[in-house]
Amino acid sequence: MVPYLFLGFAALLVATALMVILHRNPVTSALFLVLSFSSLAGIYLLLQAEFIGMVQIIVYAGASMVLFLFVIMYLNLQHDVEKGAQIALRRGIGWMVGALLLLFAGLLAKKGWVSGPVAALPPDTTGGNAAAIGRVLYSRFLFPFEITSILLLVAMVGAIVLAKGRPAPQGEAE
Amino acid sequence: MAALMQNEAFQVALWAMVKVGIILGVMLGVVSYLIYAERKICGHIQARTGPNRVGPLGLLQPIADVGKLLFKEEFIPAGANKVVFHIAPILAVFPAIVTFSVIPMGPAPMFVVTDINVGLLLFLAMSSLGVYAITLGGWSSNNKYALLGGLRSSAQMISYELALGLSTIPVLLRSGTLSLSGIVDSQAGNLKAFGTTLPLPNWGIFHWYLVLPFFIFLICSFAETNRAPFDLPEAEGELVAGFHTEYSSMKWALFFLGEYMNMIVICSIMVTLYLGGWHGPGVDKFAPLGLVWFLTKLFALLFFFIWVRWTYPRLRYDQLMGFGWKVLLPASIVNVVIAAVWLYWRANA
Amino acid sequence: MIPTEWALALSAVLFVIGVVGVLVRRNALVIFMSIELMLNAANLAFVAFARQQNSLDGQIFVFFVMTVAAAEVAVGLAIIVNLFRLRETVFVDEINLLKG
Repeated sequence: MVPYLFLGFAALLVATALMVILHRNPVTSALFLVLSFSSLAGIYLLLQAEFIGMVQIIVYAGASMVLFLFVIMYLNLQHDVEKGAQIALRRGIGWMVGALLLLFAGLLAKKGWVSGPVAALPPDTTGGNAAAIGRVLYSRFLFPFEITSILLLVAMVGAIVLAKGRPAPQGEAE
Repeated sequence: MAALMQNEAFQVALWAMVKVGIILGVMLGVVSYLIYAERKICGHIQARTGPNRVGPLGLLQPIADVGKLLFKEEFIPAGANKVVFHIAPILAVFPAIVTFSVIPMGPAPMFVVTDINVGLLLFLAMSSLGVYAITLGGWSSNNKYALLGGLRSSAQMISYELALGLSTIPVLLRSGTLSLSGIVDSQAGNLKAFGTTLPLPNWGIFHWYLVLPFFIFLICSFAETNRAPFDLPEAEGELVAGFHTEYSSMKWALFFLGEYMNMIVICSIMVTLYLGGWHGPGVDKFAPLGLVWFLTKLFALLFFFIWVRWTYPRLRYDQLMGFGWKVLLPASIVNVVIAAVWLYWRANA
Repeated sequence: MIPTEWALALSAVLFVIGVVGVLVRRNALVIFMSIELMLNAANLAFVAFARQQNSLDGQIFVFFVMTVAAAEVAVGLAIIVNLFRLRETVFVDEINLLKG
């Protein structure tokens, strides 16, 4: 059952991710990205990371993508115009690079893949995945955790300052 | 086939399907009669009788309404983004239905579809998805009123979601689990305080540090479900009908269904977190009584929602945002700190 | 149980889609979305390895990556909005003031 669900979610993920980069309308791209994030959350659930799966939906689908949609609507973007030899050339190069990367990944998997040893100590999962993550987060990773809160504060201030725009220079009309 | 029936995973899935079917069917009925109740209560609050022509006491009114909506013309405005215009009403109903799968309506495992250990997070995730329906519905209609309504409501829902999420944290601190069944279990028995057992149930709301979160949650849930006094997305006086101005027929009905389903879901969560869930006298002797208690509390809260809607006037938009960001959010953060300190002190003293 | 190799292959495909998106599109917002795709591909690999190693460290890393991604989205979108105000475009090949 679980492998089939994984394959289903994986197919949905790849298809929606492709639509994100192929569709000309940015709103549609954003909506497909929401779908691909949601199917990724499903894959996280199958990989026994319930907490991460839910946070994935809350943070990406619920917050980030809403912001994206807001900005697209605010800028009132329509279909992207993509014509001309230069753009066709760039598109060709882009897909070539992608194919090369995939080839490289395949070679790596075939030649250089060594599974490492499995950790001796299984994590303490009493109370479920969320409780276990909380315990680790507030003990071993306490310092990075505090740093992230500062990072978020800085990002918040930065975003507000940037979005408010520059005040008009003295004595000059904007 | 016999081997399949023996398969444990298959049995679990089958049971879940049956429960989902029952819940879906019952929900649709409950929603249509909730609308009837709303009209009836509204009528009595305004010294009218409300619907009373179709059937005895107007009880067949919901059926007539649905029939009317089904046969109305489907209208799609010119210049609308057709695909998004169709998807938005579906998105309005979907999160509410998904959330229902984790709400314990009685003792587990019989009266809950699935008891996952991140149940509360699922509720928060789904309520954060609710923004899409309104934003997209407003944007794709190609109508200024609809767009304004959609933008207003998404700003409103995002702002109030923060306080809503923060006000659940004291509950989690007390129960120590994200599973909704676990949270209900932590509210069993009688309240113990001052070294004695009081004649009060051990519900969340009877713990002093959960009183403020309960009221913050209540206020935020008015905002989350876009109901008065926070019904700015569809403020009739200013925006015609807000985000669903251009919607008609069954698509409009889906938005309406979504609104009432969200109301039921958020009231169920409130019952689960603060009002003891399905706990009540006699449940330990006869388990199905839990369902009765749960529904009693749920309908009491729903009545309160309707009562508030027809009693308070609408807020101005800057007042609404100011209240959310400058009052509710700081208050819930302070309450989290106080509850954490108190629980830590009590556990270690 | 899902083989780790499957999840890694999926992660690789997702990452490549992100790279191609950055290379072929010229709308800054879509490029930004492709970057998010790449970050998520890395997250998927982290979760898959956490599962294989029976350890939570990978999931903790995903948590941090998500925080950074959220911060990045907030600041990045503000920058794009500012760019649009200045240049009336979100196409990265038209924003070429430094080209001389």
